[in-house]
Amino acid sequence: MSEPNNRRKKEAYVRLPYFGINRLIPFMKPYRKRLLLMLLLGIVGSCVDIVLPLFQSYAINNYIARGVMDTLPYFIGLYVAVLTVQIIANCITTYTASHVEMMIGHDLKQTCFDHLQTLSFSYFNQNSVGYVHARIMSDTSRIGELVSWVMMDSIWHTSYIIGAVAVMFAINPGLALAVVMVVPLAALLIALCLNKLTRLNRSIRELNSRISGDYNEGITGAKTIKTLVVEDRITEEFRGDTGSMKRTAVRATHFRGLLFSTVSFFSYVALALVLWRGGLITMEQVMEIGTLSAFMSYAQGLMDPLLWLIDALSTVINTQVNIERVTKLLQTESDVADSTEVVAKYGDTFEPKRENWEPLVGDIEFDDVSFTYPDGEDRVLEHFSLKIAGGTRVAIVGETGAGKSTLVNLVCRFFEPTEGRVLIDGRDARERSQLWLHSNIGYVLQSPHLFSGTVRDNLRYGKPDATDEEIYEALRTVSADVIVNRMEKGLDSEVGEGGDLLSTGEKQLLSFARAIIADPRILVLDEATSSVDTITEQVIRDALGRVTEGRTSFIIAHRLSTVRDSDIIIVVRDGKIVEQGKHGELMHAKGYYHSLYTRQFEKEAADSVL
Amino acid sequence: MRLLLMFLDGSKCYFAASILTSLVLTALDMVNPQLIRYTVDTVIGSEPSSLPGFANGLFEAMGGVEVLRERLWIIAALIIGVALLAAVFRYLQRLSNTKAAETLVETVRNLLFSHIQRLPFAWHMKHKTGEVIQRCTSDVDTVKNFLSEQLTSILSIVIRVTFSLIVMYSMNAKLAAAATITLPFILLYSSLFGRSIGRHFKECDENEGALSAIVQENLTGVRVVRAFGREKYERDRFRKQNDKYTSLVLRLSRLMSAFWGMGDFISGVQVLIILSMGVVSSVNGEMTPGEFIAFMTYNAMLSWPIRRLGRMISEMSKASISIGRLNDILSSPVERDRENAGTPDMRGDIVFDDVSFAYEGCPELLSHISFTAKAGETVGILGGTGSGKSTLMYLLDRLYELPEDGSGGRITIGGVDIRDIKASHIRKNIGIVLQEPYLFSRTIAENIGITRPSLEMEEIRAAARVACLDETVTGFAEGYETFVGERGVTLSGGQKQRTAIARMLTAKTPIMVFDDALSAVDAETDAAIRRELNTRLGDSTVFLISHRTSTLKSADVILVLDHGRIVERGSHEELMAIGNGIYRRIYEIQTSGSEESGAAKSGSEEEVSE
Repeated sequence: MSEPNNRRKKEAYVRLPYFGINRLIPFMKPYRKRLLLMLLLGIVGSCVDIVLPLFQSYAINNYIARGVMDTLPYFIGLYVAVLTVQIIANCITTYTASHVEMMIGHDLKQTCFDHLQTLSFSYFNQNSVGYVHARIMSDTSRIGELVSWVMMDSIWHTSYIIGAVAVMFAINPGLALAVVMVVPLAALLIALCLNKLTRLNRSIRELNSRISGDYNEGITGAKTIKTLVVEDRITEEFRGDTGSMKRTAVRATHFRGLLFSTVSFFSYVALALVLWRGGLITMEQVMEIGTLSAFMSYAQGLMDPLLWLIDALSTVINTQVNIERVTKLLQTESDVADSTEVVAKYGDTFEPKRENWEPLVGDIEFDDVSFTYPDGEDRVLEHFSLKIAGGTRVAIVGETGAGKSTLVNLVCRFFEPTEGRVLIDGRDARERSQLWLHSNIGYVLQSPHLFSGTVRDNLRYGKPDATDEEIYEALRTVSADVIVNRMEKGLDSEVGEGGDLLSTGEKQLLSFARAIIADPRILVLDEATSSVDTITEQVIRDALGRVTEGRTSFIIAHRLSTVRDSDIIIVVRDGKIVEQGKHGELMHAKGYYHSLYTRQFEKEAADSVL
Repeated sequence: MRLLLMFLDGSKCYFAASILTSLVLTALDMVNPQLIRYTVDTVIGSEPSSLPGFANGLFEAMGGVEVLRERLWIIAALIIGVALLAAVFRYLQRLSNTKAAETLVETVRNLLFSHIQRLPFAWHMKHKTGEVIQRCTSDVDTVKNFLSEQLTSILSIVIRVTFSLIVMYSMNAKLAAAATITLPFILLYSSLFGRSIGRHFKECDENEGALSAIVQENLTGVRVVRAFGREKYERDRFRKQNDKYTSLVLRLSRLMSAFWGMGDFISGVQVLIILSMGVVSSVNGEMTPGEFIAFMTYNAMLSWPIRRLGRMISEMSKASISIGRLNDILSSPVERDRENAGTPDMRGDIVFDDVSFAYEGCPELLSHISFTAKAGETVGILGGTGSGKSTLMYLLDRLYELPEDGSGGRITIGGVDIRDIKASHIRKNIGIVLQEPYLFSRTIAENIGITRPSLEMEEIRAAARVACLDETVTGFAEGYETFVGERGVTLSGGQKQRTAIARMLTAKTPIMVFDDALSAVDAETDAAIRRELNTRLGDSTVFLISHRTSTLKSADVILVLDHGRIVERGSHEELMAIGNGIYRRIYEIQTSGSEESGAAKSGSEEEVSE
């Protein structure tokens, strides 16, 4: 199965309509009240910010200029009242913003995760673990941040600008006009810089993840680097990356610094304008000094929100990629899906209707099946038909990478036939739910995968209510009871992340026991013995006969001795089935199986060639 | 502290520049309020000038207050002039600060990376990669933030506050004292709260890590999840952790918004106190309106920085923890050669002389191993899991060192103790293929040719052909340019092993070690590779570690290791002659079945004779 190589292509610059915000609406809906509250209170907060300079101006005009302080207590009271309003508004907005941020992130994470549970294997073959992981964990958080903080910041600062301009016009339109004229100038400058700034931010992020990747490689691959003596080369390459990180970061600051100091310079220009024109008016007694001071505050305060708005806009532009990737994940449809009728009768992945489930016997039939992998071009099965009676032991043999898993993938409905049908107990597999089928399958993989938790948690994975007696019985069946007895805490021992604390052989025996505890009707052993040592292999091979008794089983193996006495042996070469039959028949036919077998066992012959 | 100085190497002058510019910038920021005060009081109002003598002289030289009254634009121009200067310094300050920070982080990253590359193999085995990566990324970030943002911010805040206070005291001591008294409260409040919130931050981080681990395990174990039909369980597991994480963050943000709200309130009250006191003293004639305005401006420069200061002080402990952890890595001793270690010819006999070895804190793994591998010979090593066969090779490659005092025996190559040979020289001359080889995330061609950057494509392909890889690779859409690893194609275990074999072959080493290097390859490919290899090995000395007797059979001498001892040694024939020998037993397990049909035997003979 060749995999598409497009993953390494850099993600293109994404431009979505409405910056992609419209795609998030379903996720924002449950929080619309909170969002509204957040925005409203944001406006309240910015209004208070606008009102505060007026207090100073009132104090100057009425107390200082006139020398009377009779209303000062009321003044203080009002000030405290306004302050309280602002603080309450601020508290609520910041909390609401983080609430919305977290909840939308939470919902997106859950939805993505749930959706992943329903996606078919072709998705996981095409997308690396790291890629999908980043979609669930970091993209969703960034989106949450966008919807809450970025939105609130934008509203806050926009309303501050509008409010401040309005107040200035109300006080003195002529002077206000002089100040406001500076704004378009600054805005123009900002608009010109925005694109560049956004690009620089993005390349910094990319470089950052490259450096993390370098660390990952340098540390995970340390052993290999040492044996190859390429430390210097790898370190040199790393220096290259940190160097360009530094250059890019400095360039970005160079740019940001230029932009920010120019904008702050503009704010002083506005201040100077007010002092000059306003000073003249004040001298003519048209305006009071307090008002002039308020005007100066507004003129200077106008520029900061502009800077914040740039940042917000640049975040919006950069977050489009995240939105695009998450929505793409959510829109990916499973290649294998249960029809509505099936769901109605048998339930779906999360809400199974077990009461309607028929018992599974284990008769399997391939009926004129043709199959092409979704990401492949070649037909790997062509009008293939085969009847497998319940309890049959089927072996699938062939070289590494020859496509031995295809038949099993179809039986397990990890993939569906392109043409034809797979019948389970005489009925098309698509007539029953996936979960029904999967609940009857036991699967042992080439590289055993355990989940973090205790040995018991892991063994019960296929049957959550299994008793310790059942567990021990299964362990004895596969001779794995010694492993558990050796452990300090027995079944309560932790296995570590991914089973790290155990050896591969131990993990394999446990995953074997796990499959048996589920008491499946169909058992799949996918190269279960290839990564274990000879002794463990012998143990597994001994257990095989006991375990496959009365079950339909598929044994994928490249060591042929394991499967010699199977009821039927299917021989795969270059993705296609080339021979099938019993061992004796195949040997007699002297075809590909015969040559595989002889080469594997008649080592004298092979070694005399060496 | 010594570590900090090491980190600061190269960035010291940038830090100095950053502090210096920050000083100038703050001084410039102090000027404008004075200009405004002068304008309000003297130009617009009629107070006598309170400017320092030289500035007064300057104004007088320009024609005195009268001229300024008519030409107010002069003051505006002055403000703009000061602002321009400030803008330049603001830009320089940002730039020097970023340069300082980025140079620092570059230094730290390079220091860490190259140190890690030089750390002994044992260190890498002892430390979990995930943790080390975490150290290198997040701890480095913490240190960077501490030095570049916090430390410089603290300095610039102190500068700012000091300057403001000086100016304020010179204007009105009583009012300035009132402003000063409130500052410690703000500082104390901020730092106390910051400290108490740190615990919550840590808890949130840990729970996010747990959530991330669930995703990781779900994605890597997707086959197990599906095959056991446990999607619902996985969803619930994720949901539980997702809910927990979200509610923890929400609790934190409730605290945070309360904290900010309270902080806002305290600052607001401080402003109010100064405002009302200012009003009173202005009305009493102790202060002019211009002074009042200027005073309020300076006061605004106090409260915000003080609040930041408080939080930073509380966060400083984080940095010291991070620095401590980085120190753990950087103070671990690196690999060292003996002083007079040389680079002798490596084509001689390899002798293990009474070698015993135990990993730190573990029982003895190898005991009294003695054997000689003659130059050009092939030595096969057979042993169960944990028998110490890989360790034997690690010792030869000096990945682990025998005790200096010679109590663990010695290993010689061509008569020279390997401790007297440079480690890099040894490793350049010994090619090792590990059982689970690590491939770098770059193209297949680059992976194969990593030890020799100048390698021709033809040589790479030649090596790949020997490893039976060429056909597989040319089958990929992008051939040898196919990217492997996280960002590219995932190779199967067997493909990885074959790539690693090709990689080793291009290094053309006189000693080669195959550490179970063909375990994931089926017997047929195994035989094909060995056949090809045999024609290429030439006079190389080869160690073949395997649990497949067919692989070992052709070796000149086979060592059977059991619990760290050599229990059998000899050629295949000699070992087979031992009545109930281990080798013979394993051989018979592995070949059981070949005696089953004479048809198989005769078939193979036919094939050979063809």
